[in-house]
Amino acid sequence: MNATLFAALVFGGSFLAGLLGSLTGLGGGMVIVPLLAIGFGVNLQYAIGASLISVIATSSGAAAAYVREGYTNIRIGMFLEIATTVGALGGAFIAGLISTSTIAIVFAAVLLYSAWLSVRPRVEHITQDLSDPLAHALHLNGTYPTPDGLQPYGVQRVATGFSLMLVAGILSGLLGIGSGAVKVLAMDNAMRLPFKVSTTTSNFMIGVTAAASAGVYLRRGYIDPVLSFPVMLGVLAGALLGARILTKTHPKHLRLVFSLVIVALAIEMLYRAIQGTI
Amino acid sequence: MARWDDHQVQNAVGSVLRFGVLLAAFVAASGGVLFLFRHGGDSVNYAVFRGEPAELSSLVGILRGALHLDARALTQLGLVLLIATPVARVALSLVGFLMERDRKYQVITLVVLLILLASLFGRI
Repeated sequence: MNATLFAALVFGGSFLAGLLGSLTGLGGGMVIVPLLAIGFGVNLQYAIGASLISVIATSSGAAAAYVREGYTNIRIGMFLEIATTVGALGGAFIAGLISTSTIAIVFAAVLLYSAWLSVRPRVEHITQDLSDPLAHALHLNGTYPTPDGLQPYGVQRVATGFSLMLVAGILSGLLGIGSGAVKVLAMDNAMRLPFKVSTTTSNFMIGVTAAASAGVYLRRGYIDPVLSFPVMLGVLAGALLGARILTKTHPKHLRLVFSLVIVALAIEMLYRAIQGTI
Repeated sequence: MARWDDHQVQNAVGSVLRFGVLLAAFVAASGGVLFLFRHGGDSVNYAVFRGEPAELSSLVGILRGALHLDARALTQLGLVLLIATPVARVALSLVGFLMERDRKYQVITLVVLLILLASLFGRI
């Protein structure tokens, strides 16, 4: 295939991934690696490098809009970024040691887990309990805007959340994804943050986490400019259009369809990993 | 200077992000289009991992190439600017916490910033 056609097709696929990711709230970064590896026959290492770039683009693009609304808890984000960035460096390091088939198997497992999480109803547990000593010491408890004015919320189990973020960081550095699913698990279920706070703060952290491993990938030569630029521009354009189309709820049917696509990609990745063709 | 609160810091951070992403997208798109204009007919194959040459994997090499208007280096510069955007966000948050005189978060933010710089400039 010649370079122009290749770039145009990759741009189109990434645009679609960014659009669907933004409309469903699942993020497009997760499907970029399977899209490139399965759809375009790109080597897994190059695909992960390009995916990391797309993750930073969507995170920074969306965060620029989010931070102004007052939902993002910059302290929670910054404190947990110690865990995610250390994890990301570790993940990038591990990626250099294990085979691409092993990476593909871990990738497929994360895809399946994310698909399962996305069809399951998400339960919000907001609490005014301010008793976690770490949350108190680190000034993590905060307020967020609601129709009835600023509502206070307490942060629970900070140590558990921090440990889960370490895992999220490792997966991010190993697989070139945002690890939104694990971050949401840590912030919703362990730390009990309100949805709007966990979603925007998670998004805030994804770019910083991805930047930590992107530096390593860049120096290792995993980031190819001609492959990555249509991915970056496509995902960014798709995500921006998605955010413009929809401002409130994520359509349920589209979520289900996108989850099925993710499951299919996971099975294909598993199959190729077992055959040793990825 | 007057003390800042979290909200003002976040507004400034939002502006930096928007500008950084736009600049990165513009530079990467310019380099990419220039590459396709010159080499659009060449065949591409990413099936086998070869690794990028030093001109495209070290910051010095990328800058040097971009200054000579090498299309791939210019595109890569756009990607590096994108990677730098979250780093700038953390650096700006550090300035914010300095203005808020929040000692604890000055330390936390500095740790995150050092990890990011180690990733970009280190030898891991």
